[in-house]
Amino acid sequence: MSNKENFFKGIIKENPLFVSLLGMCPSLAVTTSLENAIGMTLGVFFVLVLSNFIISLIMSNKKLAELVKPVRIPVYIVVIATLVTIVEMVMHAYLPSLFFSLGVFIPLIVVNCIILGRAEAFASENKPVDSVIDGVGMALGYGLAIMLISIFREFLGKGTLTVWGDFQINLTFIFDFLKIEPIAMFVQPVGAFLTFGLILAAITAIANNHKNKLAKKVANNG
Amino acid sequence: MDNLIMLAFSAFIIENIILTQFLGICPFLGVSTKRSSALGMGMAVIFVMLISSSVTWLLYKYVLEAFSIEYMRTIVFILVIASLVQMVETFLKKVSPPLYKALGIYLPLITTNCAVLGVAILNISKEHNFLEMLVYTTFIGLGFLFVMYIFSMLREKLDFAPVPKAFKGAPIALVIAAILAIIFSRFGGII
Repeated sequence: MSNKENFFKGIIKENPLFVSLLGMCPSLAVTTSLENAIGMTLGVFFVLVLSNFIISLIMSNKKLAELVKPVRIPVYIVVIATLVTIVEMVMHAYLPSLFFSLGVFIPLIVVNCIILGRAEAFASENKPVDSVIDGVGMALGYGLAIMLISIFREFLGKGTLTVWGDFQINLTFIFDFLKIEPIAMFVQPVGAFLTFGLILAAITAIANNHKNKLAKKVANNG
Repeated sequence: MDNLIMLAFSAFIIENIILTQFLGICPFLGVSTKRSSALGMGMAVIFVMLISSSVTWLLYKYVLEAFSIEYMRTIVFILVIASLVQMVETFLKKVSPPLYKALGIYLPLITTNCAVLGVAILNISKEHNFLEMLVYTTFIGLGFLFVMYIFSMLREKLDFAPVPKAFKGAPIALVIAAILAIIFSRFGGII
């Protein structure tokens, strides 16, 4: 697999959220505003890339790998939990408002199945450089997915898009033009399930369509 | 006493762990296709949640706070939960084979269930005392079981429903969860 394929598979083909349905809890909870989704992406990016790097370093050393193999899951968890603690402390110090709005979901990055899943499925069997590329791709894929959900939810629910702090795009004029109110339901839990379900259905429909086209092409050529 | 009843009720319905706090979504979608497995998973979660929340609460109060190393919370909690689940599994296997048979296969899945770690952390950040912690954890667990059970009944019916092709599987389950969430969000007006 070339580096490019390795990088892009995380974003589309094996997107952790939309294709493998990993890491659902935070993706439903923190997508009330675009800012929260971006903050969560930063946290996951840091933890996933570094945990992939450290774990593949450990596992590519033959002596160390033999030692670690029988207790590898606890070892992975300790590595991940340490990184998550770093994220927690840095966010608390420098981005307090984001820290409080993400709340319990920062420590819960530890049990995010994406991170442990990549450690077990990829980083433990590949070279450090490849693992970092894989981590960057997967984290970006996850980040883009939750940003997509949060864009829908925040726009439909409040009519705004908060990118970072005071930098906010105000789109309420669209609602004014249509003479309707923003649909507050979308920033409530209901909206999370509904938006995610509908996006997932749309993606399945597109994928099915694509598959049918490919099948037709093969049939025509044959 | 009033306080405790209020806490129990809000933990059970208003702050329902699945539908308003979004913890434990993976088992909610993964093991809710049959009623029996939803019940088994719910029981196993209540069981593990109670034990792990009690242990982590005591550890936090008497070890982490006493030595003022609260920042070790995440690492300590996840390790304690992972080893506890392992211990419970071994213990049940030896002591109560029938209970092990009922809960056994769900136990390993619980280690990475964010509901267990989530409730342990929530109990600390909400500054519950020991009794409040017990009540809160029990009713959060019961709420989890309740919603899982309702949802599994709906999904059993869904097997016979004509669902559009693109909605098969997870998407329609999420849409149903959204409808359940509408119902549960209306309970918020009671208190």
